[in-house]
Amino acid sequence: MYKEFLMGNAAIARGAIAAGLNVVSGYPGTPSTEVLETAAKCNKGGLYVEWSVNEKAALELAAGAAYSGARTMVTMKQVGLNVASDPLMSLAYIGVKGGMVVLVADDPGPISSQTEQDTRTFAAYSKLPCFDPSTVQEAYDMIQQAFELSEKYHTPVLFRPTTRVCHGYASIEVKDENECKKNEPEGFVRDPSKWVIFPRLSFRAHAEIEKRNRALSELLSDSGLNPVETGSGKLHDCTNLFVPGSCNRAGIAAHGISYTYVKEALAALGCDVPLFKVGTPFPFPEKAAVEFLHCCDEVLCIEELDPVIERGLTYVCGKFAIETTIRGKLTGNIPESGENTIASVTKAIAEYLGVEVPEKAVREEPPALPVRPPVLCAGCPHRASFYAVKTAMKGKKSVFCGDIGCYTLGNAMPLDMVDTCLCMGAGVNITQGIGKIEPDTACFAFVGDSTFFASAITGVVNAVYNQADMTLVVLDNSTTAMTGHQPHPGTGRTMMGQVVDKISIENVLRGIGVKTVETVNPLDLKAAVECVKRVAAEKGVKAIIFKSPCAVLIKSGKPAFIDPAKCKDCKRCIKELGCPGIVIRDGRPAIENALCTGCGLCSQVCPFDAIGGDKNAD
Amino acid sequence: MPTNILICGVGGQGIVLTSKLIAATAMAHNIPVKSAETIGMAQKGGSVFSFLRVGEGAFCPMFAEGTADIIIAFEPAEAVRMLPFLKDGGQIIVNTHPIMPVTAALSGSAYTGAEMLEYLGRQVNDLILVDGEKACAEIGSPRALNMIMLGAAVRSGVLPFDIAAIEETMKATVKPQFIEMNSKALHYGE
Ligand code: SF4
Ligand code: SF4
Repeated sequence: MYKEFLMGNAAIARGAIAAGLNVVSGYPGTPSTEVLETAAKCNKGGLYVEWSVNEKAALELAAGAAYSGARTMVTMKQVGLNVASDPLMSLAYIGVKGGMVVLVADDPGPISSQTEQDTRTFAAYSKLPCFDPSTVQEAYDMIQQAFELSEKYHTPVLFRPTTRVCHGYASIEVKDENECKKNEPEGFVRDPSKWVIFPRLSFRAHAEIEKRNRALSELLSDSGLNPVETGSGKLHDCTNLFVPGSCNRAGIAAHGISYTYVKEALAALGCDVPLFKVGTPFPFPEKAAVEFLHCCDEVLCIEELDPVIERGLTYVCGKFAIETTIRGKLTGNIPESGENTIASVTKAIAEYLGVEVPEKAVREEPPALPVRPPVLCAGCPHRASFYAVKTAMKGKKSVFCGDIGCYTLGNAMPLDMVDTCLCMGAGVNITQGIGKIEPDTACFAFVGDSTFFASAITGVVNAVYNQADMTLVVLDNSTTAMTGHQPHPGTGRTMMGQVVDKISIENVLRGIGVKTVETVNPLDLKAAVECVKRVAAEKGVKAIIFKSPCAVLIKSGKPAFIDPAKCKDCKRCIKELGCPGIVIRDGRPAIENALCTGCGLCSQVCPFDAIGGDKNAD
Repeated sequence: MPTNILICGVGGQGIVLTSKLIAATAMAHNIPVKSAETIGMAQKGGSVFSFLRVGEGAFCPMFAEGTADIIIAFEPAEAVRMLPFLKDGGQIIVNTHPIMPVTAALSGSAYTGAEMLEYLGRQVNDLILVDGEKACAEIGSPRALNMIMLGAAVRSGVLPFDIAAIEETMKATVKPQFIEMNSKALHYGE
């Protein structure tokens, strides 16, 4: 054992490796991405690592490897689980041979996601055991236990940290290399009665799963993963005599990062009450819950996302006829949506226990703060692509369906070019649907290259087959920019470091039967606008590929400069583009040299030819 | 009780690296450390912060409002934004050079940072101003800002180690050709 300073996601990867991991696959998504990246970085050669095309493919690959006795992990964010849910629901019935952990990072807030869905709820629905770590150290230790349990019970298990655990850092104890487990996969053993899903097998498996989960509930109660901290003495002596305003035997139940907020809050308030930490929300540790409930008249459940513990405890109260009042989200004591914070938890606990929150310094009202919403980077080719379509379609009735990626930020002023955004790849068929109802509208679907491969291809097949009338705009910047630049099928690199043939988006589209596919550099504004006009005028499904690399990945060119003699202060460059590279200095537009990449877009927008340094010109 | 440090600024200013350096120094001295920082979409020109807790007794990587021993702010408005986290009598080290948000250019509003510094001056007794722009120019690199800020913070005595300790970690982290520049930055204003 030695100490290392690790990010939660890195600790998860390192823990998995310490558990003898053989295969890890996934699809990037905040806040889960660094798990797979760390595994790849720590790969000494024995590990197979891949960024799959989407979460479904990743999960199926890991299942196949786990059928063959490998220890496998699949990584994704919570909405990725929706994509992988088809194979996962069935895999729950089939089971695995090698340990398999499905790592799903949840995102209370949400900070960078479309939904506030709770993987603990998905665990109950899919009937899969679920682990919920609270700290970086616990994430490292718990994932090893998750592998053990998975392999012992031949079932995939869910491991679901939330953003603050994934992205928290701590100095933790990690195993030396010789303490790590080595797993030698036996290989695939043919047995159709086991690996081929049929109604009869599912019927039998269903009964076994329910039986197993009942046994697991008991086992997990005694596992140390669902501890009750009594603070004042042993639980069975029931010395919980905290005397607050309203009730005399108060308890708190919490999970994940909120558990650490509770610890901070109790320390700040100087209170000490029994605390039930639920580390395995499914199967719910009923026995541990009963012991906890017996020493409390009232329990406050402090949770993020769904009231899983609150419902679990309420159920246990009914089942075992325990007269404890359960409070939480369902009773209005804890906000139903959004993240908890130390402050919100401290306030809720203080109210619950009837104690005062320590006073904070009172300060004068601050001046109005500048807002800094996320924007497309300076020099981002997406800005140019959106601007080209906007210019070409000016005055025409059009709709612009967006998708998931950096380019969702094309919604911001002044571009204002995203009318819809739902989930990965959805824009293509949403466009198709709008077009069916509004045939006189020019319909555009914008999709990034990584999203195209992940889940837009079948959408295009559908649109072509069903005779849609729409323009597909592929924003091809040759990377998965949003999540930190992961490779994908179009980049010609894999996570194992191989250089492979690039899969051509143009060829894919032609193969599907899209007859017009034009590729153009969006930073050449005139050519781009003409291309949009030409392609949009055609009937059927046609495509434009705007090809230009992500500004973060290429070396910046010479910054632009604004000739003060020519600049007439119309501020058109600022109002049209909103590039962070142009600021106002002493009342006049000026280039921020530290940010400007010299992409040359603004010089093509300036009506007075005042902006120089256009790299396309020289 | 741990020392609570809050580093804040705007994406791209080197906040994360500063935080990593403090953490690595703590690790080298066997002091437990926890931290949390902004990751993802907000990094694109948004407000960025890093919470650091050095020493025993931290349950959570973040800390509550009113409990920061020190705020190291790379930008005036970001210092004001994070001020609620400062404890009574806590210290702020702030770079006086403002960063204009894109929205300011769009709406034509002229944010200068001066109003933020005046406000901080009224609210915080222990306020140290660093002219980051001037310092970077003197050192000869816009990338020196994080070491200049860190040097000022360490000299103020709130952090549980000295410049020599930070310098040692810095030398082990940055590329050899940048060591001299970073050393100069750490010692700037001594
Ligand atoms: S050249 Fe103009 S549009 Fe391009 S990054 Fe620089 S300021 Fe922005
Ligand atoms: S990271 Fe790349 S794709 Fe994303 S906004 Fe910046 S330049 Fe554009």
